[in-house]
Order: sequence, then structure tokens, then C-alpha cells
Amino acid sequence: MKFLDEYRDARIARALAAEIAAKATRHWVLMEICGGQTHTIMRYGLDELLPSNIELVHGPGCPVCVTPIETIDKAIALALRPDMILVSYGDMLRVPGSNSDLFHAKARGADVRIAYSPTEALKIARANPSRQVVFFAIGFETTAPANAMAAFQAKREGLANFSMLASHVLVPPAMRALLASSANRVQGFIAPGHVCTVMGCRDYEGLVRDFRVPIVVGGFEPVDLLEAILMLVKALEKHEAYLENQYVRSVSYQGNLQAQEILREVFEVADQKWRGIGAIPASGLRLRREYAAYDADKLFDLELMTVDEPAECISARVLQGLQKPTDCAAFGVRCTPETPLGAPMVSSEGACAAYYHYRRRTVATSGA
Amino acid sequence: MCLAIPGQILSAEENHGFRLGRVQFGGVVRSVRLDFVPEAGVGDYVMVHVGFAISRVDDREARRTYQLLQEMGALDSEISPEGGDPA
Repeated sequence: MKFLDEYRDARIARALAAEIAAKATRHWVLMEICGGQTHTIMRYGLDELLPSNIELVHGPGCPVCVTPIETIDKAIALALRPDMILVSYGDMLRVPGSNSDLFHAKARGADVRIAYSPTEALKIARANPSRQVVFFAIGFETTAPANAMAAFQAKREGLANFSMLASHVLVPPAMRALLASSANRVQGFIAPGHVCTVMGCRDYEGLVRDFRVPIVVGGFEPVDLLEAILMLVKALEKHEAYLENQYVRSVSYQGNLQAQEILREVFEVADQKWRGIGAIPASGLRLRREYAAYDADKLFDLELMTVDEPAECISARVLQGLQKPTDCAAFGVRCTPETPLGAPMVSSEGACAAYYHYRRRTVATSGA
Repeated sequence: MCLAIPGQILSAEENHGFRLGRVQFGGVVRSVRLDFVPEAGVGDYVMVHVGFAISRVDDREARRTYQLLQEMGALDSEISPEGGDPA
């Protein structure tokens, strides 16, 4: 496919890896923010193609992984109500709540439906006027405009049986929290190309300035990631910190203004809790007061509970790039995609799932 | 979740104030919302995420940067002709 195959060209990938090896004179720790990028790295073995002094650590850019456990519990409680249809992105179904998941709720008779797009949730609401339809709206800045459009359309149509359980997270405040942490080891970032496609690059300039850290907005194919890594290594070797855009075919400096407009119309910035990481100021989006009639949190009496992760799960440290999935004693043994202890083992973007799918054999043979 | 796939617009239309199109991804054609890419028309490539186009792929930029990368790759194959797939 055009704009995909050429960025999977093995010759170019090898040339880039050789150039990185030639340029890197020191050990550099780089983080790719987005879980989609983590999966490309593991799937194509980019980490093994790179010289050993380039260490990639994996970031928190997996919306399924960072959706608070309390919010999963709320979704399960909603799904189990009579006359309720809960519509969710497929990845959310196996994510463990405090003692169950949506998949089990579905098995117990709850009407849980999987949608590829938020517009499908609107269709379900129109087709079932006598039932309440809640769309479990999660995502980063990439997904938020599409979710916002669903609320905007529902309001315009006066769709009375549609609402959203919204849990949206923002990348730059999370990067700021990582950089401000005393445990931080990351020296350069690959910023998430599709988040920046929507939001543009401006927010990352502040991070470059405040923390003197180079940031390259990167794409999702092997060649994209290797080129972004080369750009970071060049900046680091020169002891310079600046913002660069590798993913120019999709990302502009100002981003997608139409998408930003609908986002602002429907959502406002709010403090947000991240599963495994904790509360980060101004790192999420909530529905504006004008959209209260479409806010499942306000419409339904949902108890707020505080729950803890299983003690054995190290996902909090994995999500902050402090440990690798294979550092976990439960990895691949008591924690698998079928019986996950933590969310990063479930999602198609979770770092633990990436290691499980692409690196399990290596881990098993090395006796780890 | 944040994955977006490039596809080519086959047709575009306005429907009750919303913009909708048919977009081809390899052998598959799907209905895609084009509200966020008013500048994109038939024949253009767009990046599509959860049923919404989030950008028009800049063909000129893509070709320019890819040219540079290809030259680098060509140079590499002259040095190491055997090679293997990075996958």
C-alpha cells in the first residue's frame, strides 16, 4: 500500500541503523511515547537492529493501559444495568477492572458491543430509542476529535438516549511529569505522530525549552522510527535540544485546526488520573457543561471507588519507562493476554503485549 | 488506539452538514468521515483513525523525504549486498 510499503523498506532500515551506529558515541536512552510505535519496534526487531548503546524505553502512550481502574469498574457497572447498551472500542473488553472485565460482564448477559468508530455508537442509539446507549469514549488527542464529533452530533440531533463515559488523556502533560520525576532516565523523545497530526507541535516546544531535551515527532513505520532515532542521536551528540518533525507527510506545525475546533467545542482540559501513574494536573479532557446531558458520569449515579492494582503487577513502572515487561516475574507465566494482571498485557498497544507477542520465545530460551 | 492508516479518497459528499467519503485501503473500501480534512478531495490520500480522516498526506513532502532515504538505502546496498530483512 502506498505510504506504507516504502517505509518498511529493509535496505533503508539497515542504512539508517548503520548511520545511527556511526553517529552514536555514547549510551543514549530514548523513549517512544506511543504504544503503536512500541509495537513497530518489537514487531520488526528494531531494537535488535540498533547498536547496543541506543536503549529504547517504552512510554505511557496506550490509552487502554492508562484508563483508570475505577473508570473500567464504572463501565462494567453501567453495562450490567437493565436496558443498557455499552459501546466500546474492542481493546477495552479484556482490560481488568478491580475484580472483573467487560468481557465477563458480556458473558453474564450485559449488552456490550464493540465499535470501530464512535459514529457506530450513534447508529446503535438511533436504532434503539427505548434503551440507554453509553459510549465508552477513551483515547489520546488522536481519538478525542472523533469522540467529540459523536457528542456534537448527538446534541445537534437531540438524541436523548446517548451519552459518553469519557476518559481522555493528553500527551504533553504526561511527558512533563516523566521529565520532572527524579527517576527519569530519558534523554530524548519520539513524540507520537498521530497525536501531533491533530494537535500540532507547539506544546512540545515548551518541553524542549524547560528540560533541554530533544524531541522528534515520529511516524509509525520502521523507517520512520529509525529516522527519528537518527535525528535524536544527532541532536544529543551535538549537545543540542530542539524540536524536529520526522513525520512531515502527516504532521504540520499547527496541526489539524478543524479537529482542534470540535475538540474545544465539546471538551475542556481537566486533571486526570492515569492508571499506574497517578493523577497528573491538566492532563485530561472532560465534557463541557453544555454537554452535561451527554455525560454518563453525570446522568447515572456512579459510585466512586478507589482500588489498587494487583501487588505483583509492575505496569506502573513499565508505563514510566523505568522497567521492561520482561523484568516482571509474572510476565508470560501468571500474566498473559488471556489472563492479564495489568492493562499493558491486554492492549494491542501495551508494551507487555508487544513483548509477549514478539519476544516471548527469546525470553523463554534465555531462561529469564 | 492511535493507529491511522493511509487510504485514497474515491468519492466525497456533503450529508446533513457532515462530510463523508469512500476511501480505499489496499483492496478494501470503507466509508470515512472527511469533516476534519476540508482540503482533501478525490484522489488524495488521507490518514484515517477510528473512521475519521485526520490529515491529508502531503505527497510532495513524502516524496522529497523518501527520495533522501532511498539514496541512503541505495548507498547501503552497494556496501552490503547480501543483507536480510530487519523483520
